[in-house]
Amino acid sequence: MIAAYLVLLIPLVGIVFFAFAGHRTDTGKLNVRFNSVSLLATIWLAINVLNQGTIISSGKAFLIDPFNVYLIVLTAFVGLTTSIFSSPYMAHEKEIGKLNDTRLKLYYSMYQGFMLAMYLVLTANNMGIMWVAMEGATLATVLLVSLYRTPESIEAAWKYFILCGVGIAQALFGTILLYYAAVQIGDGDNALLWSVLYENAEQLNPEVLEIAFVFLLIGYGTKIGLVPLHSWLPDAHSEGPTPMSAVLSGLLLNDALYAVVRNKMLVDGATHSNMAGYLMMGFGMLSFLVAAVLLHRQKDIKRLFSYSSIEHMGIMTFAFGIGGPLATFAALLHMTVHSLTKSAIFVTVGHAAQVAGTQSMDKIRGLIKTQPKIGWGLLIGTISIAGFPPFGVFTSEFLVLLATMHSYPWLTPLLLLGIGIAFAGLFRHIQPMVYGDKPEGQLPVKANLWPVMIHLALVLWMGLAIPGFLANWFSQATILISGSSPL
Amino acid sequence: MNIAELDFYTQAILSLAALVGLTSFLMLGQGRLLRLVFVFALQGFLLTLTTGLAAYSLNNHHLYISAVLTLVLKVIFIPWMLRRQVLHMNMHRDVEALNNNTMVMLGGASLMVFSYYVLHPIVQSSSVVMLNALAVSLSVVLLGMLLMISHRQAVAHVVGFMSIENGLFFAAIVATNGMPMVVELGVAFDVLVAAVLFGIFFFHIRTSIDSLDVDLLNKLHEVDK
Repeated sequence: MIAAYLVLLIPLVGIVFFAFAGHRTDTGKLNVRFNSVSLLATIWLAINVLNQGTIISSGKAFLIDPFNVYLIVLTAFVGLTTSIFSSPYMAHEKEIGKLNDTRLKLYYSMYQGFMLAMYLVLTANNMGIMWVAMEGATLATVLLVSLYRTPESIEAAWKYFILCGVGIAQALFGTILLYYAAVQIGDGDNALLWSVLYENAEQLNPEVLEIAFVFLLIGYGTKIGLVPLHSWLPDAHSEGPTPMSAVLSGLLLNDALYAVVRNKMLVDGATHSNMAGYLMMGFGMLSFLVAAVLLHRQKDIKRLFSYSSIEHMGIMTFAFGIGGPLATFAALLHMTVHSLTKSAIFVTVGHAAQVAGTQSMDKIRGLIKTQPKIGWGLLIGTISIAGFPPFGVFTSEFLVLLATMHSYPWLTPLLLLGIGIAFAGLFRHIQPMVYGDKPEGQLPVKANLWPVMIHLALVLWMGLAIPGFLANWFSQATILISGSSPL
Repeated sequence: MNIAELDFYTQAILSLAALVGLTSFLMLGQGRLLRLVFVFALQGFLLTLTTGLAAYSLNNHHLYISAVLTLVLKVIFIPWMLRRQVLHMNMHRDVEALNNNTMVMLGGASLMVFSYYVLHPIVQSSSVVMLNALAVSLSVVLLGMLLMISHRQAVAHVVGFMSIENGLFFAAIVATNGMPMVVELGVAFDVLVAAVLFGIFFFHIRTSIDSLDVDLLNKLHEVDK
């Protein structure tokens, strides 16, 4: 249990440290150290869970089970690699005069703030605290979206703030309804604890829970970026600093989906119908198709990949909606591989934009000729995210496809069509950027591409053979969510 | 349901629910920002009364803390901050011309009916009083959204945002006698941070577009034109 407290304590110390220490030349490296220690703590926590099974803290405030522990490790891992990337990236932004010391201080402090909010969402047993942490994640990142203080970035941040704020308020209403159903059967103080609710799910009033789930899905769905609540997402991703785009896409969206699935488990227990599943399937499919089409009409490279994030979150929501063991396993795997691939892509995109001096795709050309590492990184990342074998995204999408064919065969053509459209949308933009002629005077930048290589190697590994302990985790989580084993 | 047969507490809660709903409608049709902020403070005060009353009649001590938090945040701090912004920007003389005011008010009324419709299944498991309280809370939430849609000033958007929060808080107090203390403190903390961030944002928006009319924030599009 100490490990869980450590996981929360380290970023908390980080916030205070970066806020008060003042800017130093090595702040970026210190941020990397904070995140490495966090990663070690999460691995310790994961080993504990592996040995002891589900852990509930003594005050019942925290719950660590196979479902959230792997997300916690993933969060720490992506947090670490992104911080490795962000250190030289932010130094470069300061050199070209886009940022000053005060804003860098804010950036590093809020980076840790965001990590804290993510860990709290994942570890919280109390559904109310989970909501508070989710809102906290918005509050921590909103000033980072407007870090450059351009009119566009301020507009994006305002949109993000208002839309996510109003959206997540719906989730609070859902949580209140959940609590309302819970106090009718149990004592007040423990009634919002997920572990207690899950044990008594059978007795919860199904009518109230159905209404509650609609609000919860809309609320957390705004943060997942489900169409039609997605319009904040491309703006926030494209106008903020790139490391922020990487963690927003790689972590925040996953954690919002995690919150929805936790709630779905309660609602399914109470209603004995697949109402929640159908809602998620509908929203997921809509997001997937709309985002795939919108990929074609983008001009900004970061907007392009944020639509790709919406598309993949759509697939995951759809898969969790289907619900069976196979689909759930696929969705869990997809959460992991998407998170790793997408953050790797944003890292390369960040460097590509620095090479070209712009985010406009019409002007980014000849990356392979200027700086082969970045060009290849972007190309391989895109191949991976588009779902080509042998990468992990292919495996998970294939499993989703299998599950769909098994349960809802008439939806298979739609899924295939969407994957095809998205693939075309990505490649028509990426191909000229990578292979085109190099503009005159384009020079390489100082880039650290280790995070990208490690991420893509992991995704490749998961595509070729999922390591045993990971498969074991996924299947334990699948048993927890869907009730039976996929293997 | 015969009102006269209910106990005093329930009667008071029903009246307060009606008043909270009324303040939402008042805000919806308000074109002057200072009055809008004043009505918002009034709604916060009604909320404080509700919480205090619930704390007293249920003898629940932690609700007193919630009442004090509401008083400080929603009646004093946030209205004070918004009022200062309005005076600072010299907007207190402007009357915002609301498009389709009649339609917006009719829309508001339909949203209220809709809230009753959505929450009607709850009657099966609890009282009509509960339905009223929850439906009014939901309609305050929805009316807050409508307020944000129909107004263009950033100040009005913040009032709408915070009034959504009020609606949720009312639901928590009336339907469940308040959430667990730790959750309520967390929510209050989030509201406080949000209010401070809004203050920072007013400054940024002003320096960026020299106005607080959020309709002018229109540079980013879904697809490129």
